[in-house]
Amino acid sequence: MKVCITAQAAGLDAPVEPRFARAPFFVFIETGTGEIHSVANALCGGPGGAGPRVVQFIAEYGADVLVTGQLGENADRAIHAARIPAYATTEEKTVGEALEAFRSGTLREIS
Amino acid sequence: MKLVVASGKGGTGKTTVAANLAYALARSREVVTVDCDVEAPNLHLFFPSMAHELPARVPVPAVDPARCTLCGECGRFCRFGAISVLKTEVFFLPDLCHSCGGCRYVCPENAVRDEYRTVGSVRCARPSPSLTLIGGVLGEGEVQAPAVVRYAKRLAEGAPLIIYDAPPGIGCTVIETLKGADACLLVTESTPFGAHDLALAAEVARQLELPTGVVINRSDGDDRAIRQICRELGLPVLMTIPFDRSIATIQNRGGLISREHDGWRSRFAALFADACGLGGRA
Repeated sequence: MKVCITAQAAGLDAPVEPRFARAPFFVFIETGTGEIHSVANALCGGPGGAGPRVVQFIAEYGADVLVTGQLGENADRAIHAARIPAYATTEEKTVGEALEAFRSGTLREIS
Repeated sequence: MKLVVASGKGGTGKTTVAANLAYALARSREVVTVDCDVEAPNLHLFFPSMAHELPARVPVPAVDPARCTLCGECGRFCRFGAISVLKTEVFFLPDLCHSCGGCRYVCPENAVRDEYRTVGSVRCARPSPSLTLIGGVLGEGEVQAPAVVRYAKRLAEGAPLIIYDAPPGIGCTVIETLKGADACLLVTESTPFGAHDLALAAEVARQLELPTGVVINRSDGDDRAIRQICRELGLPVLMTIPFDRSIATIQNRGGLISREHDGWRSRFAALFADACGLGGRA
């Protein structure tokens, strides 16, 4: 399963970014193999409408699950349409800690 | 002649100036006014009359699922996030669509066609034989105000004299109103906000290369700051309307100073002549 976590920088030690479409980085973790890819968000500082565009981006990247802080209205509708379950975490966690929290089932699903 | 009455700051008297110009000029010639303040149209309040209403529609994409291969080209092209290609479907958010047609253009499968969505309406009225009012009204909850402005303006096309009542501010709807005009009157008032926003609006008019003049409303009789800015920007002050209780009284009961006072009627006729002169037109 590929988990996408919004982050303030690259890698597992980066703090989680609570904003979804304006996150500076997306960290993709393949839970089966442990493979990690950090990708800079080209739409981080862009104009409006970033939410659905970023959903398309992470869907094309193969994300099965999203872990972030919160979703804007348009992003929320798009992520549901993409059938990617989204879970809420906080920026006190690092990406690695958020991944562990997701695995242990303690994160709340954003519905 | 296409003349826009704009302001920058809201509530300075754009509609007052547009309505009085329209009334004064319609005494001797045919006038069409377009209320481009589609989020809060009010020019019609000065000319009560029956109106016909037409829907203002915009093209939005409809994707044929039989042809679509979910390649993602349209979603990558759309800078507004209106169309996104997800794993099993094309996801469309009509509010975000600017009707540019880009998704249809880039689709390699020819799977996108236009369908039409109503985002507002345009009201047309003829309160007197020589005066036609056209006013855009943005639908409740809708955001594509420039599309309604464009549609209202299109209905007036071809008339020899069109006066556009612009929305406040300097945003997309104002720029849409100013596009294609011959000249612009900026209405301001003797306040710090009036001065500040006049400079912003003047910069927009300058970038659009529109000949521009200024009307000072609710003048304090001195207007030092406003006149200073006008000198710096090279903008002529074409009219001054005093801060006067008798004017406010007429205005507040929906009246027009150009209807109730011959002096104001000829002053507004002269204002129009001066505005025509700005563009080097007779």
